[in-house]
Amino acid sequence: MVAYFSEIFSGLWSLIVGLSVTFREFFSPTVTVQYPYERLEMTERYRGHIQLIGDEEGKPKCIVCMMCQRACPSDCISLSGKKEEGQKKKSLNSYMLDFTKCSLCGSCVESCNFDALEFSKEYNLASTRREDFTIDLLKRLEEQNT
Amino acid sequence: MELTLFNAIVAVCIAIGFAALNAAYLVWAERRGAGRIQRRPGPNINGPLGLLQPPMDGIKLMAKQLIIPGGADKALFIAAPVLAMAPAIVSFVTLPFSDTIVAHNLNIGVLAIFAFASLGGISLLFAGWSSRNKYAVMSSVRAVSQAIAYEIPMLVTVITVVLIAGTMNLMDIVEAQKGGIWNWYFFPFKSGLLNPLMSMSFLIFFICSLAETNRAPFDLGEAESELVAGFHTEYGSMGFGLFFMGEYANIVIGACLTTILFLGGWDCPFGLYPGVWWFILKIYMIIATIIWIRWTFPRTTIYGLLNLSWKILIPLSLFNLLLTAGLLKVF
Repeated sequence: MVAYFSEIFSGLWSLIVGLSVTFREFFSPTVTVQYPYERLEMTERYRGHIQLIGDEEGKPKCIVCMMCQRACPSDCISLSGKKEEGQKKKSLNSYMLDFTKCSLCGSCVESCNFDALEFSKEYNLASTRREDFTIDLLKRLEEQNT
Repeated sequence: MELTLFNAIVAVCIAIGFAALNAAYLVWAERRGAGRIQRRPGPNINGPLGLLQPPMDGIKLMAKQLIIPGGADKALFIAAPVLAMAPAIVSFVTLPFSDTIVAHNLNIGVLAIFAFASLGGISLLFAGWSSRNKYAVMSSVRAVSQAIAYEIPMLVTVITVVLIAGTMNLMDIVEAQKGGIWNWYFFPFKSGLLNPLMSMSFLIFFICSLAETNRAPFDLGEAESELVAGFHTEYGSMGFGLFFMGEYANIVIGACLTTILFLGGWDCPFGLYPGVWWFILKIYMIIATIIWIRWTFPRTTIYGLLNLSWKILIPLSLFNLLLTAGLLKVF
């Protein structure tokens, strides 16, 4: 008889404890990020596709040494440069990344001796067209500068 | 008020409007409440605070085709959702919202409402049986055993209240509780009758009203995780919509009854401005509690459900009935 009533009261008490938990949660702030309207800041070490780093004037720091192209195990990177008249160094005139093959291994970033490549924080990359994944990094840098 | 055809039509229209509006916006409140409890905002895209979500859902449901599965019992299949909704609306006719707002004041209001409420179980049985689906049959068997198990303690509790009030008229029951919070049947120290177990009866009635409306944690009738969607597995379009509206209308009726029988109806706790606003406030507080309970507790098992009813609720409610009868005889 005592067990019967103690079971009822302990059961009721556990229900009240449960209700108090949800009551507290009800008044605490929401934690959802409303994705298309709000976005999270990507973390420091997030690996998106690579991008070029510009100098103070916005020009790419790249000197066309081709180390990244050679380091790439999947042959994603193709770049070319030429010497402008009256200048000592080569300057970059095209840098294409074929992201369909890239495995984000980071060998290119590691191999760059001039601090001219980095991982971007780009993650909205869904597309139905293959061409969208051939990314012109030089154009991207220009867009970033403006 | 005299009962004429015009009065009756107006009352039914208001009842349907009230039930439909409540059903639509209780879904909204439920989803917002669930969201808050789970630390997310809930529907918030359509309109301010997501308030346009219910009409959008309604339009979507109405635009869909009602598919009747092959081999289903057509007549019963179509009748079931109507049978789920109709008693819910009819019950509103006898429910008094204040001493002036009542469509038709019946002398046997309590009896009438419980007679209509028992039709709800039959509609679930029809729906499950006629849709020729094993999950639906399974769920309707569960729903009927649940309805039987929980109607007994609920009615015994109601008889207790009727004994104290001495009437089956809902308005007179509220009249008997007039004069502040200490006169409500919810409290044990009612003047003239010191029954210490009335709070327990209130709790039993509340639990039974949850079970009767197939609400979580007693939603075995539509246990999504085990029985697909229970008795309305085969229903789409407004067939499903009617079941849904019927469920929410039943919640409102349950809240109204709890308020009338135990919480003094439209009586103010401190005797200030008694009126329909107190009634509305009380029913929505009860409904908020029902939503809160749904998103707190997991579903019971069928054994837990039947054990709770037969081993705890029925003995306790019978004991309180006897105690009340004895006290009434002595004092």
